[in-house]
Amino acid sequence: MKGILSKKLLALSVTGLVLGASIFTGCGNNTEEGTAGEAKKVEITNVSYDPTREFYAAYNEEFKKYWKEEKGEDVEIVASHGGSGSQARSVIEGNEADVVTLALARDITAIENEGLIESGWIDQFEHNSSPYTSTIVFLVRKGNEKGIKDWGDLVKDGVGVITPNPKTSGGACWNFLAAWAYADKEFNGDEAKIKDFVTKLYKNVLVLDSGARGSTSTFVENGQGDVLLAWENEAFLTLKEKPNEYEMITPSISILAEPSVAVVDSVAKERGTEEVASAYLEYLYSDAAQKLIGENFYRPTNETILKDFSKTFNLNMNMVTINDFGGWDKAYNDYFNDGAIFDQIYTAPAQ
Amino acid sequence: MQQQIVKVKNKKGIHVIPGFSLSMGVTITLLGLIVLIPLASIALTASKLSPMEFFKIVTDKQVVSGYIVSLSCALIAALVNSVFGVILAWVLVRYDFPCKRIVDGMIELPFALPTAVAGIALTSLYVDKGWIGGIFAQAGIEIAYTSIGITIAMIFIGIPFVVRSIQPVLEKLDNEYEEAAAILGASRRRIFFKVIFPEIFPAMLTGFGLALARGIGEYGSVVFIAGNIPLKTQIAPLLIVSKLEQYKYADATAIALILLIISFLILLLINIIQVRTSKYTNS
Amino acid sequence: MANKKAFHKKESRSKPLPAETDTLTEISKVIEQKHNTGSKKVEICLIVISLLFLFVMLLLPLLVVVISALKDGFTAYMNAVTDSYTIKALTLTILATVIAVVINTVFGIFAAWTISKYHFRGKQFLVSLIDIPFAISPVIAGLIFILTFGNIGWAKGLADLLGTKIVFAVPGVVIATIFVTFPFISREILPVLNAQGKDEEEAAALMGASGFKIFRKITFPHIKWALLYGIILCSARAMGEFGAVSVLSGRLRGKTTTLPLHVEILYNEFNTTAAFAVSSILVILAVLILIARNIVEYKKKQ
Repeated sequence: MKGILSKKLLALSVTGLVLGASIFTGCGNNTEEGTAGEAKKVEITNVSYDPTREFYAAYNEEFKKYWKEEKGEDVEIVASHGGSGSQARSVIEGNEADVVTLALARDITAIENEGLIESGWIDQFEHNSSPYTSTIVFLVRKGNEKGIKDWGDLVKDGVGVITPNPKTSGGACWNFLAAWAYADKEFNGDEAKIKDFVTKLYKNVLVLDSGARGSTSTFVENGQGDVLLAWENEAFLTLKEKPNEYEMITPSISILAEPSVAVVDSVAKERGTEEVASAYLEYLYSDAAQKLIGENFYRPTNETILKDFSKTFNLNMNMVTINDFGGWDKAYNDYFNDGAIFDQIYTAPAQ
Repeated sequence: MQQQIVKVKNKKGIHVIPGFSLSMGVTITLLGLIVLIPLASIALTASKLSPMEFFKIVTDKQVVSGYIVSLSCALIAALVNSVFGVILAWVLVRYDFPCKRIVDGMIELPFALPTAVAGIALTSLYVDKGWIGGIFAQAGIEIAYTSIGITIAMIFIGIPFVVRSIQPVLEKLDNEYEEAAAILGASRRRIFFKVIFPEIFPAMLTGFGLALARGIGEYGSVVFIAGNIPLKTQIAPLLIVSKLEQYKYADATAIALILLIISFLILLLINIIQVRTSKYTNS
Repeated sequence: MANKKAFHKKESRSKPLPAETDTLTEISKVIEQKHNTGSKKVEICLIVISLLFLFVMLLLPLLVVVISALKDGFTAYMNAVTDSYTIKALTLTILATVIAVVINTVFGIFAAWTISKYHFRGKQFLVSLIDIPFAISPVIAGLIFILTFGNIGWAKGLADLLGTKIVFAVPGVVIATIFVTFPFISREILPVLNAQGKDEEEAAALMGASGFKIFRKITFPHIKWALLYGIILCSARAMGEFGAVSVLSGRLRGKTTTLPLHVEILYNEFNTTAAFAVSSILVILAVLILIARNIVEYKKKQ
């Protein structure tokens, strides 16, 4: 009995070692194939952020068809989805992405700073390299018992707000800035009053999840709070799933969230995929792709196609952009850096 | 007689059993390759900071509160797990009841379930509208999004450590001691505390230490059930993530290094206590 | 201690004299009766406590997973489970788990043997070093390999030299899995070996047995069950590991996504049902391991 067991163990360990060796060598083979490869097939990797999967899954099919017609070449697109910031980090750390399609320009700038993307990427494609945009809206429970209509209602006593932490979720920076933009207008730029308003708002935050998806499940599945500050496209996804339980409220003022795209030049050059990578992003601006974008609840940047979706989107919203805050570098330093305004909301002694 | 010769040799440091250099060699090589060399990178990266910067980061108000939240919740969770771990291991080894096998197999569940799934499932159970949270909410106790919630998530991920540390020792433990003690007229409680407990105590301590260390570092499951409000329910690993989100690698590793040192000291202390106690019971 | 045990065993095996037998059985009967009345209550009480604890802490979360997985009906469940990306993720998860278990078994046996059978300085320090992967936050466990082999790492040249990608490729996923489960097996064996002492091995060594033979004939039978527990724990944890793997994998769908990563990606794209359906695969895998263990235990009884 003992003998059998120990023999089995020995056999198991031998198989394991062989297996181990084979993946290491196996991976070597794969990369060789990738570079030598057959001429008619090309593979690119798109490192993207979280809730874009369904859109890109549909778009990839569209692009494969287009590329086959155009060049007669089969293109395989490997998709990667995760939090925008951690995705950007993985590219910096060596994840070989041919293109990145992230939630905010800041994350792409971080890759640029490491020398992987050439400067000037933001002008490579139209509309600041943002083929689609979104904005921050409110999601409330059916009936809207607390009567939430605008940002001003969020600071009232007894209103429970759910929003992710901008320090762990890049996308949540848009939420904070949208609130700031409202207060800026309301108090005519009186910084003390704006700060006071935003502080009150975040004091009403019941749960500060680490990411947007976490906030949605806190609000939807776990029934916390009265209002969720959400990306418009994510709010639509919730409405699609539970149309009778929630309402979307568009505030008087919000921010134009511009997810950016860029070719990772160093990787694309090394792999010889520059042409297809650029085409992949360029084609996002085509009519077919713009329509797909609208169908997936992102706002198309093509004005005429955007108008086709006027039933879906509130096109009369007053929107500020990141440039109103002096660009990402300045905005991040002013509001989200360690010890900056967002931290002060929590660490400042209570009045 | 032979026994004494062995003891004397041991004190001089001569190894009686052959194969010391081989087994030590394998141990150190694998440990070095898989753990120590990569680990050196933390220290290497953190050393990019000046001592002043390092000190400022790790004593930041939010960071200190993160340490306290993680440590205190993990400590309570490990204590709870030690108590229930002993009971569970005892029941599984000594008693027979229907479905025992299934119950036994469930112990590993917290490991197999991805931490995020565990976190999501636990949160939906313990929110004030959930199955369990609802009961407590009536009594005015909130569990999810408070430190109680964090503790519960840590209990969940730590159970297998304690149970599975104690179980093999209990299984090996001879009934004869207990029988002898029973014949000598000792009460059951006395037998447990005087005969059995000293035998399983070192194993329980190991389980306690591992559950504690795991709890301190846990992120995936806790982050869903914690409210993540700074200075209140924000755990230390979340601050590491927040530093990384700002592309501050050195800052992140500084926080991690302190966390690691705390955990390492706890484990070292427990290992030392364990040796003391097992020497005591063995002699 | 072992000596004492051996002594007891010998005594109990040796036949008592006929006259003694009667009195002995009588005494033991009395003791049994006395204990049974008290112990039954304790037994039931402890079993109830255990089951209650397990029900609240383990079974209910599991129920949530199962209910959520089947929320949209069985067809939706099957679609999610048989999706080609799910299958690929499952394959990778199993591969990483098997390699991690094998390497950690080799390490665990050697480490536990070294620590329990020999005297050397800094033993407790070594034990604590082995425990480090438990003490490291999963967030950092992945990062250390990035800081070593990644673009910003100091050993990047080494990875290039080998000609294979380590981080953001399958080897990275495997290494992360090995790392987080590294101490499991040695940790399970060690308490048993410590409790057993080393007198038996030393006696065998003095009689001239080789190290391997001592291990096989004396040590292995003692640690068999602990090793089994260790392997089970190790494989369960390896399958479920998320944090470290997520940092090292690059989340390349169909290439470097393990099941837990696949679950998270599905969840984040608002595909909750599919996410829980895929998690249930992990639960099923855990059950399969349990069945395998029961078979081994059953064979042992035979």
